[in-house]
Amino acid sequence: MSTKFIEIHGVEQTFKTAKGLFPALRDIHLTIAKGEFVALIGHSGCGKSTLLNLIAGLTTPTNGALLCANKEIKGPGPERAVVFQNHSLLPWLTCFDNIYLAVERVFGAKETKAQLKTRTDAALALVGLTHAGQKRPGEISGGMKQRVGIARALSMEPQVLLMDEPFGALDALTRAKLQDELLEIVARTQSTVVMVTHDVDEAVLLSDKIVMMTNGPAATIGEVLTVDLPRPRRRVELAEDPQYVHYRKAVIDFLYTRQGHVEKAA
Amino acid sequence: MVSAVFHAPLDIPQEAPQIIANNASPISARGQKYLESSQAVGRRAPRGWSALPRAFWLAVLPPLCGLGLLVGLWAVLSSTTGGSIPSPKDTWLQAVEVFSDPFYRNGPNDQGVGWNVLASLQRVAVGFGLAALVGIPAGFVIGRFAFLSRMFMPVVSLLRPVSPLAWLPIGLLVFKGANPAAIWTIFICSIWPMIINTAVGVQRVPQDYMNVARVLNLSEWKIATKILFPAVLPYMLTGVRLAVGTAWLVIVAAEMLTGGVGIGFWVWDEWNNLNVKNIIIAIFVIGIVGLLLEYALIKLATAFTFEEVKA
Repeated sequence: MSTKFIEIHGVEQTFKTAKGLFPALRDIHLTIAKGEFVALIGHSGCGKSTLLNLIAGLTTPTNGALLCANKEIKGPGPERAVVFQNHSLLPWLTCFDNIYLAVERVFGAKETKAQLKTRTDAALALVGLTHAGQKRPGEISGGMKQRVGIARALSMEPQVLLMDEPFGALDALTRAKLQDELLEIVARTQSTVVMVTHDVDEAVLLSDKIVMMTNGPAATIGEVLTVDLPRPRRRVELAEDPQYVHYRKAVIDFLYTRQGHVEKAA
Repeated sequence: MVSAVFHAPLDIPQEAPQIIANNASPISARGQKYLESSQAVGRRAPRGWSALPRAFWLAVLPPLCGLGLLVGLWAVLSSTTGGSIPSPKDTWLQAVEVFSDPFYRNGPNDQGVGWNVLASLQRVAVGFGLAALVGIPAGFVIGRFAFLSRMFMPVVSLLRPVSPLAWLPIGLLVFKGANPAAIWTIFICSIWPMIINTAVGVQRVPQDYMNVARVLNLSEWKIATKILFPAVLPYMLTGVRLAVGTAWLVIVAAEMLTGGVGIGFWVWDEWNNLNVKNIIIAIFVIGIVGLLLEYALIKLATAFTFEEVKA
């Protein structure tokens, strides 16, 4: 196992807007090890999603370089699967077909149709949605859609799972349930995960490393907190764990004491 | 155009309940009326003016009133002009006669109304089909590639406002025949809405779907079949609907100029015979056929419209 799986060297991102150049990110240095769960946290507009899109390859940096498995990230690819904020399922395909589209793309060249179908069924079973396979996204709830989105990403057996506020649009109970499911799935698949979030509890509960970002414009990494809690983690027990409370406080302290006053800073 | 005119009779049934309910109980307060109208739908009529369900009357009565008004005005007009415009009754009797044998043939210039309608529909189908064959792929390509969009959109914008009949002489010149020239006119008038709507549809495919395509690294063929085509289908069908509507408008005019067999020619021929009753019958036939075309395409469009992505 390499300790440097994803490497980000001096990345800077500037957007051209109607009002001129907007510096979104500057001076980003980060390494992520294989199998690590990293959360990107920060206030709105601090460039968390911009950084995730850079790792996904959906955008290219103005300056600096990003490497994944010692290769430069030049564009998006199925080895870096993305779970989008709004699930982005294709509404005219059934849940099964949505996942099958991804499975077919990644494994279609070397596997039979039956094998592809088995993979798709397995992905649906992984998120507990075997019964919803033949339904269209319009016929299932928001939480279920997000689970299909996760299943689609996982079905590709990606080297990295990139998640952009995957649970942001869900209610608290559904979110907690999906976080627990994600913990379980990640433990089983040993995936490397980078997740954008604005939820402190979510970050501490799920991550090995919390990357805290300063406020934009020209945001950068303010601090990296290593979360050294034993796994498997259970939210009920952790709620009273002094270490958990300590990590939680550290993140809150960063976000609200040192990086507060978003309005003034922006 | 056609859609605006022929939409109305289809739309009335949905708006009708409110209007009738308010008329039925003029004394009660506004809020009560609303309550009553929403509760009464599907139950027996409260005032006992019919044993039939009230909803049935609410759906049927307003269109009947509208048609009644039309026929009434027509009758008044007919009697004031001293019969130069035939009365509804005479026209009805004539229509019964015309439709008793719609498929007769007495030589090329005297054929049943059925043949005329079919001949027109055939021209529309061929011209429209060719336009779809060219226009829809062209719309896809123009919408997909910004360069081509900038290249072709000025040309489309320039040619689109031209009356399709202005192209008829070119058609006659090139194809040396009345029938292909009429088809050419239909082709020209129905291609623009299909190009434009398809191109706009492609440009409006949500970025989320395109991001999925990029992350999966889908081939251009898979993007076209699995993402672009289904996402664009509703836009495309709107284009098809507008195109068919326009084509049906234009064929009548084109056939008046080209002659032959066709409902437009029939109108002109009956004018030359001074048979105004048949002209009025033709107007109704054209309207009903247009309405049916429109209705069929609306049904088709709703079957292929999917829910957009919601957060």
